[in-house]
Amino acid sequence: MNADREQYPVVSLYSADKIISEKADVNFTAPAENIFHSLLAGAAVFMVLLVAGIFLTLLIESLPSIKAFGIRFLYGKTWDPVAGEFGALPFLAGTLITAFLSLAISLPFSLSLSIFLGEYSTKGAVPAILQTAIELLAGIPSVIYGFWGLFILVPIVRGIEMKLGVAPLGIGIFTSALVLAIMIIPYAASLGREVIRLVPDELKEAAYSLGATRFEVIKKVVLPYVFSGITAGNLLALGRAIGETMAVTMVIGNANVIPKSIFAPANTMASVIANEFTEATDHIYLSSLVEIGLLLFVVTMVINIAGKQIIKKMSVQV
Amino acid sequence: MANEHISLRIVKDKLFKLLVIGFSFASILPLLFILFYIFKNGVAAIDWQFLTELPKPVGEIGGGISNAIIGTLMLVIIASICSIPMGIAAGIYLSEHQQGRLSSAVRLCVEILQGIPSIVIGIIAYVWIVMPLRTFSAVSGGIALGIMMLPIIVRSTEETLKLIPESLKEASLALGVPYYKTILKVIVPAGLSGIVTAVIISIARVAGETAPLLFTAFGNPFMNLNILKPVNSLPLLVFNYAASPYPEWHALAWGASLVLAVFVLALNVFAKVITRKWKVQF
Repeated sequence: MNADREQYPVVSLYSADKIISEKADVNFTAPAENIFHSLLAGAAVFMVLLVAGIFLTLLIESLPSIKAFGIRFLYGKTWDPVAGEFGALPFLAGTLITAFLSLAISLPFSLSLSIFLGEYSTKGAVPAILQTAIELLAGIPSVIYGFWGLFILVPIVRGIEMKLGVAPLGIGIFTSALVLAIMIIPYAASLGREVIRLVPDELKEAAYSLGATRFEVIKKVVLPYVFSGITAGNLLALGRAIGETMAVTMVIGNANVIPKSIFAPANTMASVIANEFTEATDHIYLSSLVEIGLLLFVVTMVINIAGKQIIKKMSVQV
Repeated sequence: MANEHISLRIVKDKLFKLLVIGFSFASILPLLFILFYIFKNGVAAIDWQFLTELPKPVGEIGGGISNAIIGTLMLVIIASICSIPMGIAAGIYLSEHQQGRLSSAVRLCVEILQGIPSIVIGIIAYVWIVMPLRTFSAVSGGIALGIMMLPIIVRSTEETLKLIPESLKEASLALGVPYYKTILKVIVPAGLSGIVTAVIISIARVAGETAPLLFTAFGNPFMNLNILKPVNSLPLLVFNYAASPYPEWHALAWGASLVLAVFVLALNVFAKVITRKWKVQF
């Protein structure tokens, strides 16, 4: 402690000494100072302009489609580039079903991980290994998930479908949801672990002293306390699932119809853009795809901001 | 709870613990499966020729992914040039102006930027750069990736610099060091490890991105070093070859996946080592 304290004045003295000796022309520093300030502020303003520019670009480019189809775009069931008829309902349905299904599949896993790493095992080699594994899972590029899903998971799902007696396509909503679930576990789990560790020991100790078992403490003290934090983590995971493109595109089967079952091929908002953007030759087709992009932008933005707001409130409260 | 017998409650407790441990370990199984299959199928494809040659047409044996490796490097370099200085500057601004209307607006925008799906960034780069230039290009792909790197760099720079004690800055200012030199030569070097980590993590993030490149960098079966022409990249190559019906191309895709996964995971591990060994501590 003491050594630390003595260290940094020495360091800063040394560096200050070096800096002053370089050039200490007082008249020369004033303009540099101003330039530096405006550079920093410029970079900050750039961030705002960038986001505003992204939103406006999406809006302007989708105007032709908004004008042509209006609100019908959201509930139109036909997506027919040849006839020039564009309704996004199949993709909205595909996105929502895939995203929520993947969230439902991932929930027991991410919740268990949060509880295990936040409550049962906080120190030592086992949680460190698990933690690293989760980080690596989050680091694998989505195209590799898609590739792996296509070659390994699809045959397995095909087997399941044969047993269930549905058309054994292998690709479809269920396979996409499986791949997505694996991909979003790390997001929900790491935030869940953080909030569970924030639960005050006094609360838990009070429950233990009343004779509660660990399960009862977790169920009646820890989980109610961190409910909003867990919700936020899952919201962020949902946002990722909705926006995820490559893995889904590779295994969902690309059918522009409203899915009839969870094993049916479908398309999500992101995957239809990925599949058709370069093929979109006429203006209204491209514009409709950009409008889907705009919807995607707005939906993920709302979900993300809601999630982050909950986290902010939590950290103030704790 | 009060009506249950204590032994039942203990059994429930044990069961719950087993369940939690079971699900926890089950959730890392996919990682092992994925790594296992990538290594199993990828190692067979990789040799010196694989790394140095161009892809061959269907039917010919052999061929490599050198164009994709070079293309990925080009894209990452363009993205870094676009995003690192801007991101660090905005991060310094945020840590220096913790309150204020502009700061909160910037923080909100960075959050939004971080949440934008990568495919939407692709649309933006298409409209902003591909449409005016009338050609798919490395530069449009690089800029798309740069936009994705920005929020990571800004947030981590801000978080790191906030940790540096005020007294360090005051000591420097008290010696008459101008503000900009204080920032550039005292504050930023003190937080350098955090910033470097952020840059590495952001590169690892975007190196594996495919969606924003589909209609910007586009892919290219040949070697290309011109930033105004389409280039191939590792994730694009995996996507295109995986979707093809030819087993030779699948083998190339497995090999490329292995190279990509090793590159990205190594960057992640490297970033972690830096944070451990070279931590900002006061």
